[in-house]
Amino acid sequence: MARKILRIKMDDLSYKYEEVPSKWAKWGGRGLTSNIVAEEVDPTCHPLGPNNKLVIAPGWVSGTPAAPSSGRTSFGGKSPLTGGIKESNSGGTSSQKIAKLGLAAIILEGMPKDSKWYVLVITKDGVKFEEANDLLGKGMYEVDEILWKKYPNKPAIIGIGMVGEKKLSNAGISVNDPENKPGRYAGRGGLGAVMGARGVKAIVVDDTGGPGVEIANMDLFKTGRKKLTDAITSHDLTKPGGGLNSYGTNVLMNIINEAGGLPTRNFSAGYFEGASKISGEMIAETVEKRGGGMTGHGCHTGCIIKCSNIYPDEDGNDLVSPVEYETAMSLGSNCGIDDLDYIAKMTYQCDDLGLDTIEAGNTIAVYMDSGALEFGDKEGALSLFDEIRQMTPLGRILGQGVKATAEAFGVFRVPTIKGQSMPAYEPRAIKGIGVTYATTPMGADHTAGYTIAPEIAGVGGKVDPLSDEGKSELSLTFQAATAFIDSTGYCLFIAFPILDIPEGWAGMAESVAGVTGQSITGDDVISIGKEILKVERDFNTRAGFTAADDRPPEFMRYEKLPPHNEVWTVSDKALDEVFAWVNS
Amino acid sequence: MQVEVRVFATLRRYLPELGISEPKVVEVPQGTTLDQIREMLGLPAEEVKVIMVNHLQAAPEDRAADGDRITYIPAVAGG
Ligand code: SF4
Repeated sequence: MARKILRIKMDDLSYKYEEVPSKWAKWGGRGLTSNIVAEEVDPTCHPLGPNNKLVIAPGWVSGTPAAPSSGRTSFGGKSPLTGGIKESNSGGTSSQKIAKLGLAAIILEGMPKDSKWYVLVITKDGVKFEEANDLLGKGMYEVDEILWKKYPNKPAIIGIGMVGEKKLSNAGISVNDPENKPGRYAGRGGLGAVMGARGVKAIVVDDTGGPGVEIANMDLFKTGRKKLTDAITSHDLTKPGGGLNSYGTNVLMNIINEAGGLPTRNFSAGYFEGASKISGEMIAETVEKRGGGMTGHGCHTGCIIKCSNIYPDEDGNDLVSPVEYETAMSLGSNCGIDDLDYIAKMTYQCDDLGLDTIEAGNTIAVYMDSGALEFGDKEGALSLFDEIRQMTPLGRILGQGVKATAEAFGVFRVPTIKGQSMPAYEPRAIKGIGVTYATTPMGADHTAGYTIAPEIAGVGGKVDPLSDEGKSELSLTFQAATAFIDSTGYCLFIAFPILDIPEGWAGMAESVAGVTGQSITGDDVISIGKEILKVERDFNTRAGFTAADDRPPEFMRYEKLPPHNEVWTVSDKALDEVFAWVNS
Repeated sequence: MQVEVRVFATLRRYLPELGISEPKVVEVPQGTTLDQIREMLGLPAEEVKVIMVNHLQAAPEDRAADGDRITYIPAVAGG
């Protein structure tokens, strides 16, 4: 059975299954969400108004048997945070279930006329619109629990917390993990507010009896899958017991700190004296010492890398999953906080309220920079989540993210690009990632073109992080490869082994070719990725973005960042070169 | 001369006496290379992916200088 698009109209609570039009037939994941958004959403629309849409798509290989680490879902729409196109990518249980229902994408559009809130229940038999009034004002932990009780087949739950209900710009979309905890997030860019604006509190996806994913060429798929699996399980970073499996993404904390690129105290230093206390090594030690929680946790069934963790409280009870590097930076070093227990408690709050952890932590850091709170005041930082929960005026400002908070509190050190705040790598110390932050259509985002691999980790070659040279090309190559991988349904972390192991790279492409029947080889990855980037850049141009939006914040040009005492030096011309090919 | 050595992540198992990010101070002759120091400490070459000296990337054949802060790093990445 060919894949279908499920279009859900909230104005009249109707839905229909559509054939995938031939122009979109080749796409999955991010390639599909971005193409649909670019064509169906007016780039000048208000992100919270009736003309925006939320598009949800599993990747090409999601839902196929034993494709490793392939349960990633793409969420697309116009971002309330950046005003541009957004693809936010999440792990969790949703991708495989949507794919197994035979769906290429779900398009959520319109707004309920009655201003009511709904839970959408999607099964093989169609969509049910159930009133969600009893879930309103509830955090995602409770929502997931209630919905799993009500729908017994352990469905995927895609939901928004109170911040999404109030349509604030830092609202993420939660996806439950295999233990039905809400910590997997399509966090970035405020798409939770776009979902809230459609009047949808949660989407329940039950794939029981679904048709499954059609595989065009099983032999080719199996060959590709094996090559990819072998690459993942043999590379030191991704193999069982390797860096990611043992320490999670927070394996980077000490390393980026050593490289002088760890955002600290609202991007005023690249070295944090307390880094080791909030590192991945410390999480692993805490798990061992407290006898609870775990490392090597998978965010969905079938992940063979398992970079996730469950952080235990003082008594060894599970507190939150996961505590990631980005989170330990934003709620930790960037706030001057060196206490993992507090970082974990704040992460819990983010996951419950429906906040993106990167933006939430960076927002507190900006608030601290205004003098309203001391850097390092962990109690004060934690209590800010009560303000958000109670939706006080301060809570609403904080829920809007870094830019709005900086404006409200008169801060000039605003680490945002296109309105979205920077993740855990300082552009002044690691120039290539700064080029990605500046030029990606997504706003400051490390996953959009992870040049950290060659600049810091020696993966996929070695490049001097402090040098400006060749960074435009490097960033573009990574951005294009990422756009492709974000379309596959594979986790972006498969990129590390396959950058070093060519058979793995070929295997990834072959597995996609096997499922879709398209003739794709490893050599096509970059050009297909560039097609996606072109569509996204074009959307942003039509939304009114210019070269001026592809620039890092001004303070980075004159404030020297210790320990290297570097400023941002990459020229505007070099930034403009990254996407010069789009308009030529 | 004296140098300070740190190891992270999976490399810590070779120097289990060190706390996280705790340096090991070692005495080495002038002209010792980073690779020789690695060897001295029993860190397998194939597990050392990156070396940093004083927060900067360095190569195995580089010579250490007195007071250097040297870090050996295994395969890491994330995001
Ligand atoms: S590697 Fe980590 S983020 Fe990626 S799919 Fe596995 S658990 Fe999820």
